[in-house]
Amino acid sequence: MSFRIIVLAKQVPDTRNVGKDAMKADGTVNRGALEAIFNPEDLHALEQALLIKEKRKDAEVILLTMGPPRAADIIREALYRGADKGYLITDRKFAGSDTLATSYVLSLAVKKLAPFHLVIAGRQAIDGDTAQVGPQVAEKLSLPQVTYTEKFIEIKDKEVSIQRRLERGVETVSTPLPALVTVHSSAASCRPRNARLLMKFKHARTISELQEETKDYTEMLNNKPYLQIDEWGVSDIDAGEEQLGLSGSPTKVKKIENVVFAAKESTLLSSEDNDIDRLMKELIDSHVVG
Amino acid sequence: MHNIFVYCEIDEGQVADVSLELLTKGRKLANELDCKLEAAVIGHNLKGIEKEIFSYGVDILHLADDKRLAPYTTLPHTHLVVNLFQKIKPDVALFGATSVGRDLAPRVASKMKCGLTADCTSLVIGDHKDNKSGKEYKSLLYQIRPAFGGNIIATIINPETRPQMATVREGVMKREIFDKTHKGSLKTIKVDELLTDDLFPVQILERHMEKKKINIKVSPIIVSGGYGVGSKENFELLYELAEVLGGEVGASRAAVDAGFADHERQVGQTGVTVRPKLYIACGISGAVQHTAGMSESAKIIAINNDPKAPINQIADYSIIGDIEDIIPKMIKFYKKNTK
Repeated sequence: MSFRIIVLAKQVPDTRNVGKDAMKADGTVNRGALEAIFNPEDLHALEQALLIKEKRKDAEVILLTMGPPRAADIIREALYRGADKGYLITDRKFAGSDTLATSYVLSLAVKKLAPFHLVIAGRQAIDGDTAQVGPQVAEKLSLPQVTYTEKFIEIKDKEVSIQRRLERGVETVSTPLPALVTVHSSAASCRPRNARLLMKFKHARTISELQEETKDYTEMLNNKPYLQIDEWGVSDIDAGEEQLGLSGSPTKVKKIENVVFAAKESTLLSSEDNDIDRLMKELIDSHVVG
Repeated sequence: MHNIFVYCEIDEGQVADVSLELLTKGRKLANELDCKLEAAVIGHNLKGIEKEIFSYGVDILHLADDKRLAPYTTLPHTHLVVNLFQKIKPDVALFGATSVGRDLAPRVASKMKCGLTADCTSLVIGDHKDNKSGKEYKSLLYQIRPAFGGNIIATIINPETRPQMATVREGVMKREIFDKTHKGSLKTIKVDELLTDDLFPVQILERHMEKKKINIKVSPIIVSGGYGVGSKENFELLYELAEVLGGEVGASRAAVDAGFADHERQVGQTGVTVRPKLYIACGISGAVQHTAGMSESAKIIAINNDPKAPINQIADYSIIGDIEDIIPKMIKFYKKNTK
């Protein structure tokens, strides 16, 4: 039996580079204007799995992502870096899921991939910054969890020890396997794509993607079955529909506002001596300083 | 009994700042809803800890004291909190958005199958009408938080599930003693009946914690630098001005990312929220990420060589020019005109 590691990853809009066209005139977010990327901390999670794979010949790295059909992009990115296989969990019924509904779906998919040793995820995703999905998947699977992981210290068959990065220090813990681990941004960065793997997997496709392709992939997939990315929907994971999407999400968005600060009466000053002196005098006189 | 609940975190033997801030907020919410404020402390060697907590207006404090409960590990704390929630059924439950709170709260929420909102910047009581069902809800907790990299502010509600759970970062809420003589009741959680061996799969092998060094939130004057300061060397000028004025140095996320300053000095959505009487923003353009953490400062001075920088819109004074030129002039005048 292999030492199976399941990496949970999410495709996210790149909220770190929000340009001027990111907001529509009506004040809503223009998701189309934001590049879809591999969530940064999930890349750190993938790297931890790949580092274990370097140490253990029996390790197998599986990437699992839930999202729209185009999230298959990040599965390919993971394959180019050394993951063995990927699964896309996609269904219109998942739309509007909050962290609880998301963790329900992911936990069912992980369960379907049992037996496994480790589930590794990024600490949080940059579009929501909640850090909730990891611990919630762990709870649904009754697994011990180790959050804020910086590195694995030791990997044994039935136990790992892990260094965690906390606000003001580090902590080393051990946990029996299977366990769920979330990885912090202070962990090792992910390796770049490997040229050989890029060639090998660049035609990897999901079923939905094949339906969009004009080219006939039948022969290629017969010869190279590893190019088929598995796609699972609601029925594949036996999900209860009332626990999905909006109906499975206890949190509701009541209101979304654009961030605009009201302009104040502002005094414009130059860097000339008399301007600075006048300002400082005013601050001293009004006891703001001194 | 549907009260407000706060999980009080213990940090190096003390009640964590963020927990005291949450108690302050919790007391106000309890007054508004005309209910009680409950809290729990889970840890070890907690004798006497209730005194400080009661002064923040706690009516009922649940205490779980056992050597296996400190330092924090996930499963025993989750088990005790869930068990307590099933018993006391709180309406609202607040946790610090720390490495402990962000490990614990989602696990509790998953077990309770209730909604949780992370990193709230504001908590307000309000009503809600569901447009689809027409159902009306009274006195829900509006959980207000930035989303999408800080470019939008979302108001989240949990109409159907209880408790309504939220985490809040340290420094976001104000901390105020409610009444030094306030006395609540102390309830001991029967730890031995609840803790079983299977709750301890994770063992702590080693811990290295550093003492908290600086706390810019409490400083009345903050001299803050952004990416526009240009270098770590130029940040020295800010330290000099801060020292002369009796303040602390803050930084924007961009300056921290560039390595000009440490993360503990970061002001903004992913750092601390500050409300000093004077905030001097040097080389800070004024992205929402930053201004969300300082726009409530009593007086704001912006020093920037870009007259169009958004920071100028919220500043009381905008000085257009280079900090290398301006800061020494400020120091010089101040030294000459004060004792």
